[in-house]
Amino acid sequence: MEGEAPGGASLIALLVVAAIAVPILNQLVPASSPLHVSTYLLTLLGKYLCFAILALAVDLIWGYGGILSLGHAAFFALGGYAMGMYLMRQIGARGVYGDPVLPDFMVFLNWHTLPWFWQGFNHFAFAALMMVLAPALLALVFGWFAFRSRVTGVYLSIMTQALSYAMMLAFFRNDMGFGGNNGFTDFKDILGFDLHQDSTRVALFVATCAALAAGYLACRAITRSRAGRVVRAIRDAESRTRFLGYRVESYKLWVFVFSAVLAGIAGALYVPQVGIINPSEFAPINSIEVVIWVAVGGRGTLVGAAAGAVLVNYAKTFFTGAFPEVWLYALGALFVLVTLFLPRGLMGLMDLVPRSSEAR
Amino acid sequence: MIHRTARRRWLWLPLAAVLFSSPAFAQPSSEAFLADVAALGDASFADKELIAVRLVESRHAHARDVLTALLDDRLYVRAADKHVFITRAADESAASLDLVDPLTLGDAGSSPRDGLTKIGTNNRLRKALRITVARFDLADPHAAVRLAAVSEMLRSLDESGAALLRARAGVETDSRVNAEIDVGLALATLDGTDARKRLDAIATLAGRPRQQIRNRLAALLEKNPDGTDVEADAAVRTAAAAAVSRIDRARTLYGGVETLFFGLSLGSVLVLAAIGLAITFGVMGVINMAHGELMMLGAYTTYVVQLLMPRHIGASILVAVPAAFVVTGLAGVLLERCIIRFLYGRPLETLLATFGVSLVLQQLVRSVFTANNRDVVTPAWMSGTLQLGDALAITYNRLYIVIFTMIVFAVLLAVLKRTTLGLEIRAVSQNRAMARAMGVRSEWVDAMTFGLGSGIAGVAGVALSQLTNVGPNLGQSYIIDSFMVVVFGGVGNLWGTLIGGMSMGIVNKLLEPYAGAVLGKILVLVALIVFIQGRPRGLFPQTGRAAEGQ
Repeated sequence: MEGEAPGGASLIALLVVAAIAVPILNQLVPASSPLHVSTYLLTLLGKYLCFAILALAVDLIWGYGGILSLGHAAFFALGGYAMGMYLMRQIGARGVYGDPVLPDFMVFLNWHTLPWFWQGFNHFAFAALMMVLAPALLALVFGWFAFRSRVTGVYLSIMTQALSYAMMLAFFRNDMGFGGNNGFTDFKDILGFDLHQDSTRVALFVATCAALAAGYLACRAITRSRAGRVVRAIRDAESRTRFLGYRVESYKLWVFVFSAVLAGIAGALYVPQVGIINPSEFAPINSIEVVIWVAVGGRGTLVGAAAGAVLVNYAKTFFTGAFPEVWLYALGALFVLVTLFLPRGLMGLMDLVPRSSEAR
Repeated sequence: MIHRTARRRWLWLPLAAVLFSSPAFAQPSSEAFLADVAALGDASFADKELIAVRLVESRHAHARDVLTALLDDRLYVRAADKHVFITRAADESAASLDLVDPLTLGDAGSSPRDGLTKIGTNNRLRKALRITVARFDLADPHAAVRLAAVSEMLRSLDESGAALLRARAGVETDSRVNAEIDVGLALATLDGTDARKRLDAIATLAGRPRQQIRNRLAALLEKNPDGTDVEADAAVRTAAAAAVSRIDRARTLYGGVETLFFGLSLGSVLVLAAIGLAITFGVMGVINMAHGELMMLGAYTTYVVQLLMPRHIGASILVAVPAAFVVTGLAGVLLERCIIRFLYGRPLETLLATFGVSLVLQQLVRSVFTANNRDVVTPAWMSGTLQLGDALAITYNRLYIVIFTMIVFAVLLAVLKRTTLGLEIRAVSQNRAMARAMGVRSEWVDAMTFGLGSGIAGVAGVALSQLTNVGPNLGQSYIIDSFMVVVFGGVGNLWGTLIGGMSMGIVNKLLEPYAGAVLGKILVLVALIVFIQGRPRGLFPQTGRAAEGQ
């Protein structure tokens, strides 16, 4: 599995076409036309693309690094919360209680001053920094502890799941200052643009396309670099790589942190489009769903991960709408069948040329 | 108003004298008794109180039953003929009630709920009734009933009650009842004026670490708004202060014991949930994310068993344990044969596939039993509390969980160490190739091992059905904790699981008063993550098939 499977160029081309065509079909084509893309569909597509970024992040560490994280939703949610805090500050005095500084839930809790960790979030630049730094910091601290003491394999997976679970419990608490189980919602505008305007939605969609393309290119650059090859070597034979003199922990840590940052950016783009963020985003099941997107699409192929995210989520939207009770059966069966019969996902299915050295 | 209340209170005094002093026994008149019971139907609260006094005075053998029923809201009037009946206890949802005739205490058929009107009570009446019933019980031949009666009277002791206790103290033979009466008399003496007797009373009370007594003594130490002491006698104040601090020390000690016990019972739940995992994960190296759902299946098996034998709820739990073991054990064997055996040596894939199975099982339960929680009845022998001393109360269900966990642990240990299957399981986990060479059918052992671990999960589910809601999400809430326990205790080590689970339970309960339940849980998780940094090798000994697969 050297190099990237074909499809990278087509992914970029597809994203460019989508970023140009979808806005035109939404804005210029009249609603009566069959070619019209409704704002609902546009937002839905934007949501899928955010998930695709998250899938890229998971694929980078799992497919290439062999680190199965069952807690990536935590980084996604942290990025989302940072964006949510910015959006909450933008509401200003337009909240239900009309307090110029405090968000509604703080007024409701009888708080009188803004907590220190909310300072600065009224500036987009600072908030944007936090969308990257918060997940990066968590990944750095957790990864430093975990990799340094050589926690690997399933133990690491269970630890990441526990981390995400602990974060969920923490964010459910009202006194954490993140809105408790209601989280943040009822956003008004972003960078001065009304979030309910179609044009703002279009801009967010284009930004998401751009982020996915940039994320893909960055991941591809990493996997093709010398460091990327070391990471792959660690996946295939960790001890041997260590004996060859590479600092295994550092490589793992930096790829893990980068992956967390990517997940955080995905979360930050996701929140203004769906209009809500709450602690259920930390739920362990979310992290595991990401893993199945990657597995379905094709572990170890970046294009496959992105495609898997979009496909599985499209299936989810379809099933939960048409046969809600079937969705969990379908998802469960997908897990079992893909792991048993399609260890390399849909990309492996497309790849007709058999390869002798199959990655584990 | 004051006059009326005072008058009514005095009404009760002579009746106490009638009950306990006069040996004369007039033949009770059934007609008068029946008339009084019937009159309860539409009497005012004040009249009901007078009728209650008359019922006691009638000395009818069933007066206590009628008054207890009135107190428990089990006395009803039948709308059709205005007859008053006692009903047997039934749950809120029952459409009809079984009737009991107050005169004979025999069955009187049953009636739909809407044909009956409950005879209401108010707080004042209930208080009076409680004391009346307690007075009946003071003469009961069973010491336990007398003890409960004295405890009941201590909750609101007045002059007449104290007189009753004093009379009883002379004839009481049971030491525990006498001790309880002494408390009552001491509390009454505290209200008196004789300083000598009051100091003695405080000395008696100091040995009884009970919240009610502490409050009574602490009240002696308070100050009036003008700065003077409530209690004028300095010697009494000093004695009371010493008694309060002695009680506080005793209560702190008992509180510690109680926290320890709560920790042990929580730890037992964790151990129960994790011990099946210790087999499948620890011995076989299989990450079974559906373990929680197997527990859920065990809990639903309990529910189904109770549906099948609604007349024998007490025995249903005992039947459910083997039933759940068989059901989830078979599910486990099926899971191993159909999915897991293809994935040995690929732990991450196993994790994903079994997670898929857990989703399917959850949805299956939703489809069959709906998404709502199911009611699993707690048998009578598992409810109630065990009172140890004055300050320590232990609920039976927690106690049984601890005992049950120990039994399951001992049985599992015996199976692994003393049976042929156990020998083969250990052989295959240590060296598969060698075990096969010695003639062990390793495939069969795999299936049996997984079935054993899954069966234990089902047994844990039976226990959980008594503690939490039985719903499709039951398993999810335990899976992370169970993995933590196994990882913390040391993979492949049953004793490690036991000690790990118990210590996690105790630490959780110790943290809870300071940090709150949720933060306590988070702290335990974080502490565990940090702990694993320090002991990664010691905690994950790379033995068995987990090591082979790497």
